[in-house]
Amino acid sequence: MKKEKAVYPYAADTSEYVLALAGSEQSTATKQKVSNVWHIIQLVFTYLFLAVLGLVVIFPFYWMIITSLKTGDEIQALVQTFYPHIVRWENYTEAFQRLDFGTLLRNTLIVGIISTIGTIITTILAAYAFARLNFKGRDVMFMLLLGSMMIPGEMMVISNYISVSRLGWTSNSNIVGNFAAMIIPFWVSIFYIYLLRQNFKQIPNELYLAAKVDGKSDWEFLWKVMVPLAMPTLTTIFILKLMGAWNSYVWPNLIASGNSKIYLITNGLRETFSAADNVNDYGAQMAATVIVTVPLLLLFVFFRKYIMRGVGRAGIKG
Amino acid sequence: MESKNNWKAWLYLAPVIILLAVFTFYPIINTLFVSFLKNYDYIDFSHEGFTFDNYIAVLTPYSKFGGGTGTMYEQVMKTALPNTLILTVITVPLSIILSLAIAIALNSIKVLKKFFQTVFFMPYVTNAIAIGMVFTVIFSTDYGIFNSMFGLKGTPWIFPSPDHPENSVKYANALFAICFYIIWHSLPYKILIFLGGLQNIDAQYYDAAKIDSAPKWKTALKITVPLLSPQILYMLITSSIGAFKEYNSVIGMFGSEGGSFDINSGPRNMSTMVFFIYKQVAKNKVHYACAASIFLFLIILLFTLIQNQVSKKRVHY
Repeated sequence: MKKEKAVYPYAADTSEYVLALAGSEQSTATKQKVSNVWHIIQLVFTYLFLAVLGLVVIFPFYWMIITSLKTGDEIQALVQTFYPHIVRWENYTEAFQRLDFGTLLRNTLIVGIISTIGTIITTILAAYAFARLNFKGRDVMFMLLLGSMMIPGEMMVISNYISVSRLGWTSNSNIVGNFAAMIIPFWVSIFYIYLLRQNFKQIPNELYLAAKVDGKSDWEFLWKVMVPLAMPTLTTIFILKLMGAWNSYVWPNLIASGNSKIYLITNGLRETFSAADNVNDYGAQMAATVIVTVPLLLLFVFFRKYIMRGVGRAGIKG
Repeated sequence: MESKNNWKAWLYLAPVIILLAVFTFYPIINTLFVSFLKNYDYIDFSHEGFTFDNYIAVLTPYSKFGGGTGTMYEQVMKTALPNTLILTVITVPLSIILSLAIAIALNSIKVLKKFFQTVFFMPYVTNAIAIGMVFTVIFSTDYGIFNSMFGLKGTPWIFPSPDHPENSVKYANALFAICFYIIWHSLPYKILIFLGGLQNIDAQYYDAAKIDSAPKWKTALKITVPLLSPQILYMLITSSIGAFKEYNSVIGMFGSEGGSFDINSGPRNMSTMVFFIYKQVAKNKVHYACAASIFLFLIILLFTLIQNQVSKKRVHY
């Protein structure tokens, strides 16, 4: 309130003017008071609205953690408790053992890191070509890439599955092939190319000319100047891509087709705790979901800015 | 010099073009092709010539594959397609309205803004399957917090109680539970996009509204929503496409079988179009999967075109 008055000294005058025109019988002071009260009520409702919905948003996280620490008896209590009366850490040991966490983590990291590095390399090269180099068909090519983002990925998944099984990559004995199938198709992302191209375009042309004067080639300029300058965007891509690998389910599930040795973390989670309303299992099951969720939340805590910027960028062209 | 530069640029683009050709452009054509093959087997690539049978089997009850339960027609037109359409029609508008309201509220406060922003973004950084399992526990029939909080003891939402398996899940209940989850999960992205749009709105409009001492809700409806219409359209189109492809939420909550509901209350399970498609791939019935995915693509295309046409009159740029 104070700030508004300071910033808009004329606004108050105008409102008086309007009031006079309206010919209201109330004095300006009363009107001002009513408007202040009204403003406070609105503010209270805004906070109430946010707080209630905020609680709804947070609740599943809270319930997951609480349930993961409860004993079986407490989970099946007639009256649900909102904090564990007896903390049972054994749920976590059980979850770690049943998940075969070491294997899942190793598989997910292999797939996540190699596919991320591959994506970053192809993205840098393509974004550089689109942002810096002049060549025939550049704009047509770029539009073609953007256009292909509109096609639902499900259409490609089927054919890609046929392709990789043709290469023998889906056979249970071909571990290297299985990993290749989970990694190589994801070495390209048009959205990230778009993101990085925007970033590269912002880098002033003078730097390029200066590098040319210094006798640097395009290649050197890209890796010594452009890439370091675009580090924030590359970090965003890195984090989002890693999160993608951590959350991917469909494709690895098709490739693994029941072979638990090459499951990624999400497949392991779903297959270990097959969906049935087995109450006795809830403690360990929720402990497992905590184990899967916590690394994501940690990434969020440390890279909040990068994640939100990358995600938010998608809508700007709208 | 020019030609040399051309050649170099294509070299930079080569990895992307090769990968896209193999894993994006070729598959689109191949999917269309396979959708017209009879009894295609992806292991030895055998097929029995060209046919429209895949489409007939998936889309119409008049086929030599027989009627009754378990047919392709039953699985797609009686279950997967209705589920997909219902989920889209419910979750898209609700999540857009809710996230718009939250974004406007967030934009109007100063104290605790960052805190609330972080809270509302949290569902984004989760694993869809993991949180789906959490929702299954929340909606558990006998010991779920949802039932005990609202005094609905014994109401099955996702699975029937093990003690009373005859008391099967009503479709409407399962629909409520999954819509709740989908909306919960889709809020953060939409809020973020709308907040970005709100910050770009010129403060002049709000100053003018303040001078007229317009109430907040009126300002929101008459100024904010029209000025945000490009973002709303963008959200409408992208989240409809997303909803048409709903899959992970079903797997997360109902498991890989998609649940099993009271037959008299609606579709028999929560399988969606994409759910059906992947199921056929796993069963080596890719020709059906291809036909269904082409069908899904056409629906999405049609839907997007209609939305674009309608919005031409309503969006203010």
